[in-house]
Amino acid sequence: MASSPYISFDNVRFSRGAHTIFDGVSLDIPKGLITAIMGPSGTGKTTLLKLIGGQLKPSSGSVIVAGHDVSTLGRKALYDLRENMGMLFQSGALFTDISVFENVAFPLRVHTRLPEEMIRDIVLMKLEAVGLRGTRTMMPSELSGGMTRRVALARSIVMDPELIMYDEPFAGQDPIAMGVLVKMIRDLNSTMGLTSVLVSHDVPESLSICHFACIISDGRIIGQGTPDELREHPSERVQQFLTGQPDGPVPFHYPAPDSSGDWGLGEVSE
Amino acid sequence: MMGAIARLGRSGLTAIGALGRSGTFLWRTLGGVPNPRVGTPLLMRQLYSIGVLSLIIVVVSGLFIGMVLGLQGYTILSDYGSEQAIGQMVALTLVRELGPVVTALLFAGRAGSALTAEIGLMKATEQLSSMEMMGVDPLRRVVAPRFWAGFISMPLLAVIFSVVGIWGGMLVAVEWLGVFQGAFWSNMQSAVSFTEDVMNGVIKSVVFGFVCTWIAVFQGYDCVPTSAGISSATTKTVVYSSLAVLGLDFVLTAVMFGGF
Amino acid sequence: MAQRTTEIIVGLFMVAGFVALLFLALQVSGLSLKPAGDTYTVYADFNDAGGLSPRGKVSMAGVSIGRIREITLNPKTFQARVAIDIDAAYSSIPADSSAVIRTSGLLGDQYIDISVGADMEALSDGDDFYETQFAMNLERLITNFASGR
Repeated sequence: MASSPYISFDNVRFSRGAHTIFDGVSLDIPKGLITAIMGPSGTGKTTLLKLIGGQLKPSSGSVIVAGHDVSTLGRKALYDLRENMGMLFQSGALFTDISVFENVAFPLRVHTRLPEEMIRDIVLMKLEAVGLRGTRTMMPSELSGGMTRRVALARSIVMDPELIMYDEPFAGQDPIAMGVLVKMIRDLNSTMGLTSVLVSHDVPESLSICHFACIISDGRIIGQGTPDELREHPSERVQQFLTGQPDGPVPFHYPAPDSSGDWGLGEVSE
Repeated sequence: MMGAIARLGRSGLTAIGALGRSGTFLWRTLGGVPNPRVGTPLLMRQLYSIGVLSLIIVVVSGLFIGMVLGLQGYTILSDYGSEQAIGQMVALTLVRELGPVVTALLFAGRAGSALTAEIGLMKATEQLSSMEMMGVDPLRRVVAPRFWAGFISMPLLAVIFSVVGIWGGMLVAVEWLGVFQGAFWSNMQSAVSFTEDVMNGVIKSVVFGFVCTWIAVFQGYDCVPTSAGISSATTKTVVYSSLAVLGLDFVLTAVMFGGF
Repeated sequence: MAQRTTEIIVGLFMVAGFVALLFLALQVSGLSLKPAGDTYTVYADFNDAGGLSPRGKVSMAGVSIGRIREITLNPKTFQARVAIDIDAAYSSIPADSSAVIRTSGLLGDQYIDISVGADMEALSDGDDFYETQFAMNLERLITNFASGR
């Protein structure tokens, strides 16, 4: 199980404007396994995926993917690297003006010169893998939310990538859809030997399928390890996040002025 | 007081930043040789949705404006007994000014706002992002065909507008108000020069097409990816395009017809 | 199939645009398709060129036979020197024909009308009109009328 990491964050700092999002993050993501990156909302988990994909460049430090330093790659090399990556966006992000079939076929048409029959076979196989071969002529607007995500998943694996990234795949899904997604992520990872990176704040589902997890909060990693290791983790913040305590190191009350001033109780200071 | 000045300065810097971004945006959209196998169908589709679908509003507006020109012009010219000059009045007004300018304003309102909304929506639903992640440059695939389609459509639409307008003016003047058909056309022909009037009008509409499409496409690409952001971007497209067209019209008219 | 239809419609749109441009060229601005070499130039000096302008009509017996090229002031005689391009097809205009400035309608545009003379020789490139009649000036007319001439 221990192999050289497929993705490596080396003391990465990233800020947007005056706001520091990552402050010295070092993380190794192992090859061929499912890694979950979790944390409270707004900690920049999607930013992490964009750093891996080269859509954003770190202010300092480096992001190494499959041996390449992503931040130093030129445009062409970056696009070549991306052919090996699949990404599933939170909303599915299907192209709304073309059919399901054309959506899944899109990367093939752009990057390869395969004949039409081969494209058809590959597309239908991928759609079959996500259980939606029958929707091939439908338009994205006709699909439900869960089906949209599955088609987007088919599209992201159509080029047989080495890495696949999921941005909040479980958000807002009903239990059945959730179960379907969990099954597919697990199966894809094992049958295709992918490295899967899963960004989520859904603790039970993520921990149930991942091999390795890390929790990010306030721009730093506060805990990492296998699911079992994390459940035993001594840090209070990790425990609050994993068990969902409303009040703890992350407080319930947003900073507010002294209550006596607002409610008129007791003495009001001059 | 200082706060207001600081805000003014900041908005000025924001504007300049946006201008700079729009410049690099244009450069990256136009640079590079397009792939004809992929690019032509995309261009065709955009020419259809931008050019052909704008035809109706252009033709109807042209017809009405031409007819009003004929009517108003006749009323004014008859004070001087020069009704026969109605042909050249309608033709020159349309070909030099109203054709390019009104078409550009209509274009900005109809096609420009549609472009901005479309691209903005693609940005908001992460379609542009996912295209990037698949190794496809959205500027080449989404923006460039729309840009070229607008650039090509505008002069065509402007010329069609002028022709329909002249025909409308002819309808009013000849059929209704009794101006002689022959006099209408021959006066027009002697007054309208192809190189100076028609071609200058075409040059104007080419410039307007470039500017309106650039603004529309950039606003969509640069917008804040929320529904409020898209609607604000659409408004900005129409306002900026209209102002730019009117301002450029003055500059171009001064250069072309002012004898400088 | 939809792609094909789209392409055809776009093609029609572009054809419509070019046809409109052609219409503007030919019908609206009177652009002539004949090559420029098919004219010869003659000159006419007028005391008063009136409302003549370049590209104005030049006609004979009501038929348009050419265009005014340019109007300049002859610095020696202080007359208006009008250069006229006449279609090469009309190469037998008698050399003693006169050029008269007429107004179309009562207050319309002014044009040059050539009254045919009787000479056997014809005007050729570079010749001057022998006789010209200047534009009818409205004020002069009224003055003449008022003073009973």
